[in-house]
Amino acid sequence: MSAEESSAQVLTPAGLEQLLTVLRQRGYRTLGPTIREGVIAYDEIACVQDLPCGWTDEQSGGHYRLRHRDDRALFGYAVGPHSWKQFLHPPRQRLWSARRDGETLQVRCEPPGEHRLALIGVRACELRAIAIQDRVLLGTAPGDPHYRARRTDTFIVAVNCTLAGSTCFCASMHSGPQVTGGFDLALTELTTTASSAFVLQAGTSTGRAVLEQVPHRAASAAETAAARALIEHTAEHMGRQLPSDDLPQLLLRSLEHPRWSEVADRCLACGNCTMVCPTCFCSTVEDSSDLIGQETTRTRRWDSCFTVDFAHLHGGSVRQSTRSRYRQWMTHKLATWHQQFGSSGCVGCGRCITWCPVGIDITEEVTAIRASEPT
Amino acid sequence: MHAPKPRLAVWKFASCDGCQLSLLDCEPQLLTLGEALEIAYFPEAATVPMRGHYDLSLIEGSISTPRDAERIVAVRRRSTRLVTLGACATAGGIQALRNFADSGEFIAAVYAHPAYIRTLATSTAIAEHVPVDFELRGCPVNKRQLLEVISAFLAGRRPAIATHSVCIECKSLGRACLLVAHGTACLGPVTQAGCGAICPAFQRGCYGCYGPHESPNTLALSRALATLGLDRAHLLRLYRSFNANAEAFRTESARHAR
Repeated sequence: MSAEESSAQVLTPAGLEQLLTVLRQRGYRTLGPTIREGVIAYDEIACVQDLPCGWTDEQSGGHYRLRHRDDRALFGYAVGPHSWKQFLHPPRQRLWSARRDGETLQVRCEPPGEHRLALIGVRACELRAIAIQDRVLLGTAPGDPHYRARRTDTFIVAVNCTLAGSTCFCASMHSGPQVTGGFDLALTELTTTASSAFVLQAGTSTGRAVLEQVPHRAASAAETAAARALIEHTAEHMGRQLPSDDLPQLLLRSLEHPRWSEVADRCLACGNCTMVCPTCFCSTVEDSSDLIGQETTRTRRWDSCFTVDFAHLHGGSVRQSTRSRYRQWMTHKLATWHQQFGSSGCVGCGRCITWCPVGIDITEEVTAIRASEPT
Repeated sequence: MHAPKPRLAVWKFASCDGCQLSLLDCEPQLLTLGEALEIAYFPEAATVPMRGHYDLSLIEGSISTPRDAERIVAVRRRSTRLVTLGACATAGGIQALRNFADSGEFIAAVYAHPAYIRTLATSTAIAEHVPVDFELRGCPVNKRQLLEVISAFLAGRRPAIATHSVCIECKSLGRACLLVAHGTACLGPVTQAGCGAICPAFQRGCYGCYGPHESPNTLALSRALATLGLDRAHLLRLYRSFNANAEAFRTESARHAR
């Protein structure tokens, strides 16, 4: 038994309730999964009752439906459409504004503000995605002050996945289903038809301090073994596979593969894949001035490599075709990301597959390129 | 000594007046607008005769009569910058449904004395008749975007009007995809943003009021909608509405006609 497992604790749903209360008392805004608009979304949660108790999801390419479970599991589903980036790297961020006062100009930088976010139910793939965005947005000086303000005091309650969705492939990307770091507390849900218990580990001193305020008990050997078995079972039942070790070489020598044109025939260039991707970080800035030229504001907003303007250089867009835009997205995500940021940009969460309105499947595209590679 | 204010004109062609009302609806900004521009011609707001040259002409409505086809040429001649407002001026509007039928039959069915009616067989966009400097989409236009276009004109800069899909706007607002999560027919993936994804916010699929986006793949969307159970008649109605005569929607609807 490892040192980590020997220190495992058990939390009941009442203990989870207390955990949320303690976090709120400590000034955190508690965010977690909840049912909204017929999906499991991340939003404000005040209590355990706000979690999707007894719900799961059915996912495939371009398809998502909520389904009832026959137990009262609180985390018995795969990831939904939204990732945590909506809170850490929000879709719109004012950067500065300027005001003309006679002959002088006053520029006011938008202060990053104070954010104490507690993220409840972060999956292993999402922890990896947050680590990737940390590297992208903070890895090079000076970094993004708005992202830093949101990340500095983030409290993360991770959840080990006990169910693999049919579009999940984190095991292929070596990013899950077990969380390995980057959390304050990590839970594994053991479910019976009546109730749940959570095998729990603290990952940081803050996590341990919070745990002190929450009723818990030491986990039995049977409980830690059951938790481990559930995670192993999840790893063995991934809905998709994406053998990833040779991807950069494979894709970069296939830039003229006919498959890019075939996928472009199906691709809507709608940008949904990049919006739901937990690592896609691209943004653009927009300036807006008022009618009398008194005030102007610069706003950053999410952009997508599927738009024409994204690749607008002097004289026009260099990626006019959908073929070139899909190829840019996928080769960046799976290949050139390694050179740029030292890892793959894909964490295997499967969102781009589920939330593509026409169900384009990144794993299927790679398989097709691999299968018909000219020799 | 102040420079003279730029002169603004608002012109109406075949339309419902909704886009002009979007301008009047800019209530708090209307006084500022009056400070920044001389509102020289705006029949919806005040009766003043057409006179002189206009620095900015906003055009509402499509060209559907021989008289209007001549009038737009005269307006263009009097205007330094010409901006079209809305689906009628930019794509021909809902009245462009006549382009797919025999307009003579409509006239005979509606009017007691068809001989008095002088109309064209088609309803077409302003850009098919005269050069246009900027086309603002929507049915009706969004007043925030309208003020952005006017502000950009006054500042001599490019308007910050995105030409990408509704989906990007919809997801940026945190909405869940209706098409994927509910199987709802939605034109969002082929339609230009700008409305703030109003319909998806109320659990309704996008109706395509802003017309096709910059690179619409309507064929792929139709295939996906057909797998959700939409038949050809339904697909035809989907593409033949406010922007029926916009090229991508017109071509796609033809695939589902008859």
